[in-house]
Amino acid sequence: MNLYGSLLWQFDLLIIPMVIICAIAALTIRDLLSATVVFGAYSFLMCLLWTEMLAVDVAFTEAAVGAGVSTILMVATALHIKRKSKD
Amino acid sequence: MYMESLISFIVTEYNYSAALILIMIGMYGMIAKNNLLKKVIGMSIFQSAIILFYISIGYKGGASIPIIKHGSGMADHAAIDPTLYVNPLPHVLMLTAIVVGVATLGVALAILQKIYRVHGTIEEDEILESLKE
Repeated sequence: MNLYGSLLWQFDLLIIPMVIICAIAALTIRDLLSATVVFGAYSFLMCLLWTEMLAVDVAFTEAAVGAGVSTILMVATALHIKRKSKD
Repeated sequence: MYMESLISFIVTEYNYSAALILIMIGMYGMIAKNNLLKKVIGMSIFQSAIILFYISIGYKGGASIPIIKHGSGMADHAAIDPTLYVNPLPHVLMLTAIVVGVATLGVALAILQKIYRVHGTIEEDEILESLKE
C-alpha cells in the first residue's frame, strides 16, 4: 500500500485513525458490553479497509465472521458475566 | 540519507505503520489489562493487525481485484499481465487465519465463562486471591 499508488488514499487517511481510536477505546472502556460493541465497530472498519485494499474475499469473510459471529459470541459472554471491569 | 528514506517509508507506506501501532495496542491489552475479557479483545486486535500486515504485502498500486478479465474467452492461452491484479496468495492465507482466529476466540470465551462460574469473577488478581484460599 502506497500513498501514491492507492486508489482511494483519502479513505485510508480517514479509516486508519478511526481503526486505531476504536482499538484503544475497546481496551479502555470499563463497561464490558460497550467495549464489545466498540470492538464490533473496529472489526467493521477493518473490513472497510480491506475492501478498499482490493481484498474483497477477506473483506466479506471478516464482515460475516469477524464483525458478525465474534461480536455475537462476545455480547453473549458479556451478558453472562459481571458487566463492570476494574481497568 | 538513510534517515530520510526511513521517514519517507514510514509516511508513504503508512499501512505498515498502522499495523505496527495496532500490534503494540493488542500486546498492551494482552499483557497489562487485568480483566480476562479485555485480554481476549487484545488478542483479537493483535490477530487482525497481523492480517492487515499480510494484506498490505499483497497490495500493488494501480492493480485491480484478482479476478481475470474476460476469463471465459481465453482458451487460446493468452498471457496474463500480473501487474494488473493484486497478489491473491496472502488473501487466501489470511482467510484461513480469520477462521482459525474465530475458533480460538470461541474457545477462549467458553473457558472465560467456566472461570466465572467457578470463581465468581474474571478479574485476574481476584482469581489469584481465590486460588490461594
